[in-house]
Amino acid sequence: MAGKIISKFFDIDGGNTIDVYERHGGYQSIRRVLKKMAPGQVTDEVLKSNLRGLGGAGFPAGRKWSFIPKDSPKPKFLVVNADESEPGTFKDRYIMDRYTHGLFEGIMIASYAIGANKAFIYIRGEYVRQAENLVEQIKCAYDRGYLGKRIFGTNFNLDLVVHRGAGAYICGEETALLESLEGKKGWPRMKPPFPAIEGAFKCPTIVNNVETIAYVPTILQEGGEWFSELGSERNGGLKLYGVSGHVKKPGVYELPMGTSLREIIYEHAGGLQDGRKLKAVVPGGSSAPVLTADEIDVKMDYDSLAKIGSMLGSAGVIVMDDTTDIVRALYVVTRFYHHESCGQCTPCREGTGWAERILKRILDGNGRSVDIDNLLNIAGNIMGNTICPLGDAAALPLKSYLTKFRADFEAAVSDRNGVGKVADEPVSLLN
Amino acid sequence: MVKVTIDGIEIEIPKGTTVIQAAEQAGIEIPRYCYHPGLSIVGVCRICLVEIERMPKLQVACYTPATEGMVVHTNTEQVLEARQAVMEFLLVNHPLDCPVCDQAGECWLQNFYMQHALHDSRMFENKVKKSKALQIGPNVMLDSERCILCSRCVRFCDEISKSNELGIFNRGDRAELQPYPGTELDNDYSGNTIDICPVGALTDRDFRFRTRVWYLSETESICPGCSTGCNINVHHNDQRTYKAGGSRVSRLKPRYNPDVNEWWMCDAGRYGFTHVDADSRILAPTRSIGEEQEMSWGEAASEIMTKLREVISVHGKESVGVILSPQMTNEDLFVARRFFRDGLGLKHIDFEVAPLTTGAKDDFLIKADKNPNTAGARLLGVGARQGSGMTVAEMLEAARKRKLRALYICHHDLANGFAVDVVEEALTAQDLVVFQGPNTNSTSALAHYVLPAAAFVEKTGSFTNYAERVQMIHTAVTPLGESKADWQIFRSLAKEAAISVPYFEAEDVFQALTAEVEAFSGLPYAGLAGQGIALRDGQALPESETVVA
Ligand SMILES: Cc1cc2nc3c(=O)[nH]c(=O)nc-3n(C[C@H](O)[C@H](O)[C@H](O)COP(=O)(O)O)c2cc1C
Ligand code: SF4
Ligand code: SF4
Repeated sequence: MAGKIISKFFDIDGGNTIDVYERHGGYQSIRRVLKKMAPGQVTDEVLKSNLRGLGGAGFPAGRKWSFIPKDSPKPKFLVVNADESEPGTFKDRYIMDRYTHGLFEGIMIASYAIGANKAFIYIRGEYVRQAENLVEQIKCAYDRGYLGKRIFGTNFNLDLVVHRGAGAYICGEETALLESLEGKKGWPRMKPPFPAIEGAFKCPTIVNNVETIAYVPTILQEGGEWFSELGSERNGGLKLYGVSGHVKKPGVYELPMGTSLREIIYEHAGGLQDGRKLKAVVPGGSSAPVLTADEIDVKMDYDSLAKIGSMLGSAGVIVMDDTTDIVRALYVVTRFYHHESCGQCTPCREGTGWAERILKRILDGNGRSVDIDNLLNIAGNIMGNTICPLGDAAALPLKSYLTKFRADFEAAVSDRNGVGKVADEPVSLLN
Repeated sequence: MVKVTIDGIEIEIPKGTTVIQAAEQAGIEIPRYCYHPGLSIVGVCRICLVEIERMPKLQVACYTPATEGMVVHTNTEQVLEARQAVMEFLLVNHPLDCPVCDQAGECWLQNFYMQHALHDSRMFENKVKKSKALQIGPNVMLDSERCILCSRCVRFCDEISKSNELGIFNRGDRAELQPYPGTELDNDYSGNTIDICPVGALTDRDFRFRTRVWYLSETESICPGCSTGCNINVHHNDQRTYKAGGSRVSRLKPRYNPDVNEWWMCDAGRYGFTHVDADSRILAPTRSIGEEQEMSWGEAASEIMTKLREVISVHGKESVGVILSPQMTNEDLFVARRFFRDGLGLKHIDFEVAPLTTGAKDDFLIKADKNPNTAGARLLGVGARQGSGMTVAEMLEAARKRKLRALYICHHDLANGFAVDVVEEALTAQDLVVFQGPNTNSTSALAHYVLPAAAFVEKTGSFTNYAERVQMIHTAVTPLGESKADWQIFRSLAKEAAISVPYFEAEDVFQALTAEVEAFSGLPYAGLAGQGIALRDGQALPESETVVA
């Protein structure tokens, strides 16, 4: 089994400090890169590594970097997405807490590759301690001359700024994030233009997840091919899997891309509590379609999960055993998306709230049999019809829970029928 | 140019045209809420989703550029389903209070529901409560529950009025349109937000609960509020005047003209029509010597002409001053010129009164010259600056000294341009003062004869705007009382004086005008309606040439 890369530092005391990081070989990769490599070569190496964007969409990082226009006279920006707000996701927090300078080194290399002299870390507002740590450690890096002007005696300059969000999940969506970074309301933008062409302040911008960037120093140190071979086909390297829910050992596990979900749950996370049976698993953060207990022999990488109709997303694995009320689980997820919908586009704004209220009514014992198909239909009407993927993120759980656990919902509707009173058929608007 | 096919219709359009615009050119209307051709594109309402071949998902027609070879379908089952779904979503939290909503009858929710949805409601849940009947500015009321958050009004204030009063606060279905804390929607163009609001969220304080829109008729006109001459529609209530306190004109709405006002008009113009149905309207020719007495047109014309002839025979033609008005149409002024200058041979004719307080202006639509036809009056040569007679100021001075003995004053309230005592001294020194206009004012109060002129909504004619574009107003409502168009009044007087004014319709006047006045020569009457015709390719007069104090 491959060793650990990032999580190696999780157990080291003071792993967040510059001294400890350097003692363990930190800031060597950037030195080499600045002295020996042209920016294009850096991008090529990352391309070779098959490093995927680890924020959720899995877009190959090197390809994204290559979209930065070569001849644009405008400044370029790197923006690190540290908004980590997807329920079930807590890996970036570990990185920022314990691999702080690893992240910085990745930022430096990525900025060098794309020609940026200014980088931002956009951090979730609730991550107060993490933001304080970042600010403190950035200062240490400046003090040592690793950030600022003429880094390591080269012509490369880089400023790094921490920007705190104000508590909106939608600001994790990269274009909403950029709006927020610019001081506006976090409303996703229409694409194109994509951020690589026109991002922050109308300048070419690369937005990458914390984890994506955190793997970059090692890739440049050990080589793209080496990294690629750690993972599965077209899914390079290792990956942090955050396991939560009904397991004995919830936590963040760094494992090769493509490790099976069964192995993650039963070997690494210690399996379920004694006497419990697995009911459902969400493989990649709350928006990933739910899997049944029969579906866990799947490789945890972007392509394999997509093949069975789910997604790796943020690799936040949420395990639910047979004590789980699936109706309630879906209600909680839907309530979240309703709460977090930015409200720009009609289907997401209205559909999420509508679905939540139906689910609430079912939970309250006033469900009707038509509710299930209505919910499925609402989900279908949101899917694919919105500006940003939050609409899909709300629709996918609805669709998957209702389809895969339909019996639970049918029971919920009939069990509780009659407790409350609602008219059977809606009144026609036309009559 | 690129070639695209929309619903089987192949059309060629300039590169960069969006699918929604291309469809329009192919005669296909794709429903829209947030899209407005005059504003930036946000693609939020999602009602314009269409199918484009070789694209995996439906695309919004408003944002997607039409590219070479694109094949678009606006009517497939998938599109219709998505459209119906968006309609259903829009109504999830909508109060469905059409019976008490002013927008009913001109509401895009109603229209598109009928055209594209017709679904039965599946909504059992409680609706989100938001603020209602909120006055957000001097002219605008907001009902947040009806708002579909299309952001048109926000973009208007950001991009057109550039006053940035509005924002959308909070998230999801709790999002609400509001003025920013501490501000109100009080820019000079605020009424336009009501026009572009596709639903009943923004309503007009001036119009609320007055008339149901289906009782309104529409007549094309020009705003007389300033020399821009914004194209408008006059909405008038011919059926139920008693519903709105007797006012026949219910509201003015801007009418699209790409060369003048695009989709917009200013609030001063929009709400500046109240004089039309005001108590100050002059209803009959009146003699105000001693006791006030109404007269017939025949009596008035003969009495006034008799007195005028007396003054002329005793004191000469140079003892009469005529003050015309840039509020009058080209036709009015042309007949005035024919009657006073050519017929009676008078010399002192002017129309310009510089206001004591300079009119407000901006670099968008509002001009300091608050008259719709200053340029027309100039081109017709009825000003002292164009002729050799006295200016209005000189006339008043001469009147005070009794060098002038008679004044014929149209429309003006001279107190707007001169000190009250100057006007009073001048007018009271006259043997004859005739006032002609739609409303009484401090000048008419000093006249011996007061003649009722039709208001701009009561007559047909043309104005020439600051950029020398000739544009038409049309009769929307019948003239109040005995009033008639200014040119018709001059015709009555001319008849008494045996001066030939052989015109029966405004069109006849216009034909004569184009034949006689060089600047207007060759203008086709038929081409004037709609968007008007520019005399000089839309070039503006230099600002210095317009009358401001
Ligand atoms: C609603 C929504 C929330 C998101 N939240 C995050 C987030 O918290 N962190 C993150 O890295 N990416 C998030 N993303 C994905 C980003 O839009 C973007 O794809 C990602 O930051 C790109 O980085 P990567 O290529 O390194 O994954 C979110 C996307 C959506 C639609
Ligand atoms: S899908 Fe939802 S969150 Fe995304 S832009 Fe539309 S309303 Fe906002
Ligand atoms: S008030 Fe009207 S124009 Fe403004 S956002 Fe709401 S629906 Fe749109």
